[in-house]
Amino acid sequence: MTKISKFTVDYLGYVVKGGPKFYGWLGFLSIFILVWVYGNYMQLTEGMIITGLTDQVSWGIYLANFVFLVGVAAGAVTVVFPAYVYKHEAMHEVTVLGEMLAIAAVVMCMLFVMMHMGRPDRLWHIFPIIGIFNWPHAMLTWDVLVLTGYLILNLVGGFYYLYKKYCNEPLNKKFYLPVIYVAIVWALSIHTVTAFLLNTMPARPLWHTGMMPIRFITTAFAAGPALIIIVFLIVRKNTKLWIKDEAINLLSQIVVWCLGIALFLTLSEVVTELYHPTEHSLGLQYLMFGHHGLNNLVPWFWGSLIAMVAAFVLLLIPSIRKDYSKLPYICVMAFLGIWVEKGMGLLIPGSIPTPIGEFTQYSPTFLEIANSLGNWAIGFLVLTILLKGAIGIMLGDIKYAKDEGGK
Amino acid sequence: MTNKKIPVNQPDDQTPCSCSDPQTTPTCGVADDNVSESRRGFVKNVSGLSVASLMGTAALLTNSDDAHANTEWAEWFQGNYRLMSDEEKARAVARLERRYSAEFGKKVTVDTTPPQEGVLFGYALNIQKCIGCRRCVKACVQENNQSRGEREIEWIRVLKMEKGEFTVKKMKDGYPGDYGIQVGGNAYSASGVVLEGEHYYEPEQVPDEDAFYMPIACMQCEKPPCVKVCPVRTTYREADGPVVVDYNWCIGCRMCIGACPYWARRFNWGEPNLPKEEMNPVTHYLGNRPRMKGVVEKCTFCIQRVRKGRYPACVEVCPVGARKFGNLLDPNSEVRKILARKRVFRLKAEMNTYPKFFYYVD
Repeated sequence: MTKISKFTVDYLGYVVKGGPKFYGWLGFLSIFILVWVYGNYMQLTEGMIITGLTDQVSWGIYLANFVFLVGVAAGAVTVVFPAYVYKHEAMHEVTVLGEMLAIAAVVMCMLFVMMHMGRPDRLWHIFPIIGIFNWPHAMLTWDVLVLTGYLILNLVGGFYYLYKKYCNEPLNKKFYLPVIYVAIVWALSIHTVTAFLLNTMPARPLWHTGMMPIRFITTAFAAGPALIIIVFLIVRKNTKLWIKDEAINLLSQIVVWCLGIALFLTLSEVVTELYHPTEHSLGLQYLMFGHHGLNNLVPWFWGSLIAMVAAFVLLLIPSIRKDYSKLPYICVMAFLGIWVEKGMGLLIPGSIPTPIGEFTQYSPTFLEIANSLGNWAIGFLVLTILLKGAIGIMLGDIKYAKDEGGK
Repeated sequence: MTNKKIPVNQPDDQTPCSCSDPQTTPTCGVADDNVSESRRGFVKNVSGLSVASLMGTAALLTNSDDAHANTEWAEWFQGNYRLMSDEEKARAVARLERRYSAEFGKKVTVDTTPPQEGVLFGYALNIQKCIGCRRCVKACVQENNQSRGEREIEWIRVLKMEKGEFTVKKMKDGYPGDYGIQVGGNAYSASGVVLEGEHYYEPEQVPDEDAFYMPIACMQCEKPPCVKVCPVRTTYREADGPVVVDYNWCIGCRMCIGACPYWARRFNWGEPNLPKEEMNPVTHYLGNRPRMKGVVEKCTFCIQRVRKGRYPACVEVCPVGARKFGNLLDPNSEVRKILARKRVFRLKAEMNTYPKFFYYVD
C-alpha cells in the first residue's frame, strides 16, 4: 500500500470510530439533517415558494447565514496569522485546527448559496468554459473565485500538514509557507468581496456604504475566534490534546478589540444616517424603531446590540476574560450577537423598504429555518470529523507504521 | 380628461377598450388575440384527431408527458441564447414550441425576430393624463403570460401619489415644538414623495381626486445595474434597447433583483400558474414565452409585438393615451417629438442608469 492510500484508510478508519458521546453528538446532528432532506426535497419540487421570501424581500436567511459564515471562515485567520507572522508558539501548535474550521465554514457557505439559488440544477451555467462566467463585472463571480480559492488553500495547507505529521516527515517549507501566507491574505479577500457583493448596489441604500467591508472584517474577527475559543475549550475537555492558555487568551483579546471596533463603526453609521435622516436611512430606521407598527426586526437589532455590548464590556475585564468557566458563555453571546447583526440586522433590512418605498415584512418559514439548521448541522458534522482526524494525528493516535503494512 | 371618472371594474362604452375583466370582455385588442388563437388551436387539434393524422397532433397530445420529459431534458443542455448558432436557435425553438403546444393544448409559436438596424425603442408616459385605472397592468399580464391567481406577477405597478393635506389644524404639528424650532408642520406631508406612493389602492372609481398616478415598470436602462451583476450573463441589453432575460439560462440568484433601483424584476417563486385558455400563444423567445419556476422575469417592451411593428400591449390599451412608444432614432417618431417639445424627466436620474422610459407633462 502506498503511503497516501494508507493515510486515507487510517484517517477514515479513525474518524468514524468514537465513544458514546461522539455517536450521540452525530445522532443529534443527523436529526436536523433528516429534516433538511425533507426540506430540500420540498424546495426542489415546489420551488422557493416554500420560503418566506417575496419579490419585495427576495434575499433572506439563506444569504444572511452565507454572509455570516464567510466571516467565520475568514475568522480562522486569527489563529494562522499570530502563529506565522508573530511566531506565537501556542497558536502555532494548533494552526491546523483553524484551517479545519475554515474548511467546514466554507462548506456551509456553499450549501447556503446553493439553497439560495432558484435553479440549482443550472449551477453549471456559472462554470467557466462550459458555462458563462461574467468576470470581472459580476461581483458574485469574484465571490465564487475567492471562496473556492480559500477552500482549496485550506484543504491543501491543512491536509499537507496532517499528512506530513502522519508520516513523521519534515514539512517542505518552500511549499508550505507560501500556501499559509497566501491563505492569510486570501482570508481578508473573502469577506471583503462578500461585502462588495452587497455594498456595490446603489439601489439598496442601507448597504451602499464604504464602511461595510471593514465592518464585515471586524465582526468576522470577533465571531470567528469566539467560535474557535468555544471549540478549543471543548477539545481541551474531551480529548487528550491540551491547547495552551496563551492561545485562548490571545484569541479572547482579538475578540474584545474587534468587537470594540465593530461597535464603534456601528455607532458611526447610526449617527451619520440618523442625524438628518434621508430616504436612504429608512432601512436603518425600520430596523431600529420599526415603521408604523411593522417591527419584526426591532427586537433582533436591540437584542444583538445588547449582546455585543455586554460581551465587549465583560471581555474587557481580565479576570472574567481568563475565567474559562465564564468565557465560553460570553463567546456564545458575541457569536450570536454578530450572527443577528449580519443576518436580521443587515441583510433583511437592505430590502426594506423596497426601492419604491414599500415596507414588506419577512419571516422565514418552518422549512426555511429547518433547511438552515440542517446546513449548520452538516457544517458541524464536517467540523467534528475534521477536528477528530486532525487531533488524532496531532496526538499520534494515527501514524504511518511501516511494519503494519504487511499484516 | 382627468376630471372624468371611469369605473374600474366595468367596461365603459366611451373608452376604446377595456381589459379589466378578461373573462367577460374578450373583445379588446389583447385578449382578442388570445381567445381567437386558442380557438384556432383547438379546432386544429380536433381536426388532427378526426382526420388520419395519427402521428402529428394526436401523438403530441397523447404522449404529452413523454414529449414534456424529453424536451425538458434537452433544454437542460442548451446554451445561452445569445451564443447559439442559427441552427441551435432553430432546434431550441422547435423544442419549446413542441413542449408549449403540448402543455397548453394549442399551437404555440416562439419567435426569434432579431433587432432591426437603426431602431432604438423608447417609451414616454404622460403622468398628467394617467388616471390610475390599471388597464395597462391587466393587459400586460394577459399579453405576456405572467402567472395568475395567488401567484399573479405584474410587471407594471401604478403608484398612487398623495396630493397632501394642508390645513390650519396642522400648524401646530412638528417637533421639537416647545423649543422654538419647528420641523414639519403643515408641509410635512407625503405629497409628491415617490417613495410614499401606494400601489395596492382599491377604489370604486378612478381617478381619485386627492391623488395623481405614477405607473412604473422596467425603465430599460441604457446602463442597467441588473445586467452588470448577473453572474451568468443571462440578462442583457438587446441592440434595439430592451433588457431581456434568457429564462433557460437564469440560475435564479436574484442579484438583479437586488441591483434594480426601480423594483422592476419579478421572480417565479413557484411553478407559474398560467391557465391554458388564458395563455397567449404568440410568443418571443426573449419575451412572453411561458416561464418556469425559479427564474427572473421583467418587462421587455413587449418584444414579441414591437419587433413586428406593433405597439406594446400597455400602449394599445391605455384609455387616455398617456402611453407613447416609438423609435428614439427616428426624428419623426411620437416619442422623439415628445422629447423635443414636452417637459421630460427620468425617474431616479441620480442613479445614472439612463432609462429609456421617460415621464412627461403637457
